[in-house]
Amino acid sequence: MIDSLYVAWRYLSFNWGRSLTLIACVTLIALLPLSLEQLLDESERQLLARAESTPLVVGAKGSSLDLVMNSLYFGDTVPELLSMAAVDRVADTDLALPIPLYVRFKARGFPIVGTNLDYFDFRGLTIAEGRNLALLGECVLGAGVAEALQLGPGDTLLSSPETLFDLAGVYPLKMRVAGVLAPTHGADDVAVFVDLKTTWVIQGLVHGHQDLTAVTDPTLVMARSDGSVTATAKLAQYTEITPENLDSFHFHGSPADYPITAIIALPHDDKAAALLRGRYVGTDAADGLQQVVVPGSVIEGLLATIFRIKNVLDAVILVVGMATVLALILVFALSLRLRQGELQTIFKLGCGRATIARLLGAEILIILAASAVLTALLLVGVAQVDAALVRALFIR
Amino acid sequence: MIDIRGLQFAYPGSGFRLDIPSFRMQVGEKLAVIGPSGSGKTTLLNLVSGILTPGRGAVRVADTDIASLSDAGRRAFRIRQIGFVFQDFELLDYLDVLDNILHPYRITGALRLERTVRDRARQLAEGLGVGDKLRRHPGQLSQGEKQRVAICRALLPSPRLLLADEATGNLDPRNKGRILDLLFDSVDAHGATLLAVTHDHELLPRFDRVVDFAEFQADIRPDAQPGAAA
Repeated sequence: MIDSLYVAWRYLSFNWGRSLTLIACVTLIALLPLSLEQLLDESERQLLARAESTPLVVGAKGSSLDLVMNSLYFGDTVPELLSMAAVDRVADTDLALPIPLYVRFKARGFPIVGTNLDYFDFRGLTIAEGRNLALLGECVLGAGVAEALQLGPGDTLLSSPETLFDLAGVYPLKMRVAGVLAPTHGADDVAVFVDLKTTWVIQGLVHGHQDLTAVTDPTLVMARSDGSVTATAKLAQYTEITPENLDSFHFHGSPADYPITAIIALPHDDKAAALLRGRYVGTDAADGLQQVVVPGSVIEGLLATIFRIKNVLDAVILVVGMATVLALILVFALSLRLRQGELQTIFKLGCGRATIARLLGAEILIILAASAVLTALLLVGVAQVDAALVRALFIR
Repeated sequence: MIDIRGLQFAYPGSGFRLDIPSFRMQVGEKLAVIGPSGSGKTTLLNLVSGILTPGRGAVRVADTDIASLSDAGRRAFRIRQIGFVFQDFELLDYLDVLDNILHPYRITGALRLERTVRDRARQLAEGLGVGDKLRRHPGQLSQGEKQRVAICRALLPSPRLLLADEATGNLDPRNKGRILDLLFDSVDAHGATLLAVTHDHELLPRFDRVVDFAEFQADIRPDAQPGAAA
């Protein structure tokens, strides 16, 4: 068999163009369904595990899928906003612990997640480097963000404008990295965590600037009246929160009206969960403008859709695969016709039909083995990026 | 070396029929077979080598009755006892010179490819003037060099009988003489016997004996298949 493999190898390497084409065809036939299966397994793992570990999500009425994708996986689509009053409403029921989320802004392409320290406990997130959030303007990086941006405690990270042409919007906030989270192999790895108030600073709802009562430059003041001073546009606003200017940061308006995107509600028990869900049924509860969803059910619905699409894809791949196999058989058949002279020669020399079959079998074996190795390598490659692919395909 | 008696052969469904009452060759003899196309010269080589079996009569080669052997036995006999040199050389383009020479050892279990065989292959190639081209492919060789490689391949298993089917047919006149010299020298050196089919009448005086196939009763009809016989 070694001799057959050697002769087959020489034939295949001499006709390398044809051999590579055959290997590419076989590899594609094998790779397509296997990589699809791998991606779907990963998507199921990522989506379902996280969804099932999140009991309830409260959000504004609208797409429950957008709400869950934004709240659990920090997807790009921002759901209708809630106010902080909704958090108080959940807390007042005494049925669940509310964890507010404000997932709207980005920093160098990674989502900024405004929340409180309860979120870290709920997700079991631990600090690998540095410390947790303590001051306004600080951020804690997911492991993937720290690795991708090569940042660590003590570095700074700028928030990004919401749109390129947001000229009238807020200035980017320079956030100081307080710590880096241990890897979780989930959405938390690719997020920048800040305190909820920091997201409001990014939005411009909370800001800090020079003390107007103490400024000596008259061009900074537009008008003075009893108890209030109106500043001109020349007044410098702080784009970084430091211990020196921290006290100058202040709210405008009622904090209860400040926006969030969702609330993760952690019911005390199943009964409390049922009761809380009951509070959001009908239009008379919670102003009829909010909804509570069970992420597991929403994601199961999404996965059911994905798997229906997969079944269609499987059928398509099967048909394409069969067509390719037939084409390969045709290639081999034509190749045999072209090699009739060679086969006749080795037959005359004393080679039996079984040996001829063994030579051809060795060629097929080498092609299949090379395709198997190539497929395995590509699947390993897919495994390296499947988390990011799943995120790009199903979450963003 | 060869003893044929009362041989009758016909290709099924064709009008071709070969009838050889008696044909003998001595060990070490160099015999040329001539005759018009379709007279059965190549068929004779195929019968002697066991590729074809006679309808009637006996073909004995090296004291072995070819027809009495099984298919596998005939193949083993062929690869051990008989060397082929073809008109078109029939080298495999995807193998280099050395691998082409060694090829019979790789396609049958009847021969074992050992270090001594490789050494002998190199010696043969050196002797026939292609020792410096062992890693070249046939496409990089001249016609004469290809035929030298084909002779190396035929001689490597030390066959007792060498069958040459128009071995000089594709060569220029100068190369024809050289290749024939090499063939004769190799046959002498290995103590083999040479049965050569040829159309080159100017080469005939160099053979020990010449047999004209027109002597045999070959029935050639107009509807006979051209590929069925030489």
